Amino acid sequence: MRRAVVTSAATAAGVVLLLSLKPHEATGSAPVISSGSGSGSGSASGSGSGSGTTGAADTTPGRSASPAPTTGGGATRKVSGDTVNTRYGPVQVQVTLAGSRITTVDVVKYPTQDRRDREINADALPVLNQEAISAQNAQIDAVSGATYTSDGYIRSLQSALDRAKG
Amino acid sequence: MLRHAEPVMGTVFSIAVRDPRPDTPEAVRRIAERLHRIDAVFSTYRPDSDISRLGRGELAPDDCDPDVPTVLAACREVAAETDGYFTERPGGRLDPSGWVKGWAIEEAARLLRASGARQFCVNGGGDVQTSGGPWRLGVAHPARPGMLAAVLAGSDLAVATSGTAERGAHILDPRTGRPADGLASLTLVGAPGTGIARTDAWATAAFAMGPDRALAWAARQPGVEALAVLPDGSKRWTSGLPGHLPPSGPADWQPAGRQPTAAY
Repeated sequence: MRRAVVTSAATAAGVVLLLSLKPHEATGSAPVISSGSGSGSGSASGSGSGSGTTGAADTTPGRSASPAPTTGGGATRKVSGDTVNTRYGPVQVQVTLAGSRITTVDVVKYPTQDRRDREINADALPVLNQEAISAQNAQIDAVSGATYTSDGYIRSLQSALDRAKG
Repeated sequence: MLRHAEPVMGTVFSIAVRDPRPDTPEAVRRIAERLHRIDAVFSTYRPDSDISRLGRGELAPDDCDPDVPTVLAACREVAAETDGYFTERPGGRLDPSGWVKGWAIEEAARLLRASGARQFCVNGGGDVQTSGGPWRLGVAHPARPGMLAAVLAGSDLAVATSGTAERGAHILDPRTGRPADGLASLTLVGAPGTGIARTDAWATAAFAMGPDRALAWAARQPGVEALAVLPDGSKRWTSGLPGHLPPSGPADWQPAGRQPTAAY
């Protein structure tokens, strides 16, 4: 049996805000995005009855994250989000920007000590925490979803893939 | 790339083969035949199917198609594996569909392999078995038609999703007899060799469990990972799921030069 580990618990809002940073606003010492609802130090909601084996991404909009640049100017810079207390412990993420492109997302504060989990989840956070992804540029081969009817298929992404050339 | 879409079993089976062999078009024709035969034997929408007649007591088990006892035995295995959350009698009526569709996908994969193909993808109404790879599979967002909740990538994957998006709250919690509504969708990624039949049936069972129990249960199955989308749109997943994400992350989802954009 696999050891149960806490996967990740950063709030989606924090990551989403980080992903939406306007780089030219990242210079100087002022926060690049003003906090919507305070310090972000409140506990994440949740029943507390979970198994502890799973990750959680609370997508509640308006959860606070007030990123501030840790280095100013230049082509490459790092921007950190607030530390957010989740049901699994405090989480803080930091993105590295090269120009307008995010090159790295690091989880700088994380509730587990397991190094491999931390590395894995640094990659996973921005992906899984996006609420919805346009299939347009995702270069997918097939779509898994709740079973569609023959009529539903006509409107599905899968039918578009089946019609694709090549 | 050879592609084929076959309407059958009330949905559509989609086949894509990257390395078709001379025998592959014939294999696809035989797959279509096989799928329609499986439907004729197992459909609960056909009063004259073996399953319908068996359920009404008009046909003895020994007189059914030989696939019937095999399928029912598999259903009992899955019921035991899932603490009874999977049942071949949802709502009290004989209906092994929760196993049959995934098993039909495996049958299609078997026939493709026999034709010599090694790089292919079979999608049975949203449940996917791939061979070779890597393949990139989108997970449909349960609340946003046309959008994806995640993209998974890898080789020899079995990915099954249960949810309410297409057919409403239709999966019963066998413990309560009421429709399960704790999840918007539940996606399972099978371990190599698990196969889509078991992965699909497990996804149905896990959906009925609700989020906490489903994720804890999935975490106990070696090699199996789960992604849950809750009714409020938030996501939870098992610890190994990120291992199935594309290695290059979100950057390669955007055309070059475009800035990543947030969902809000």
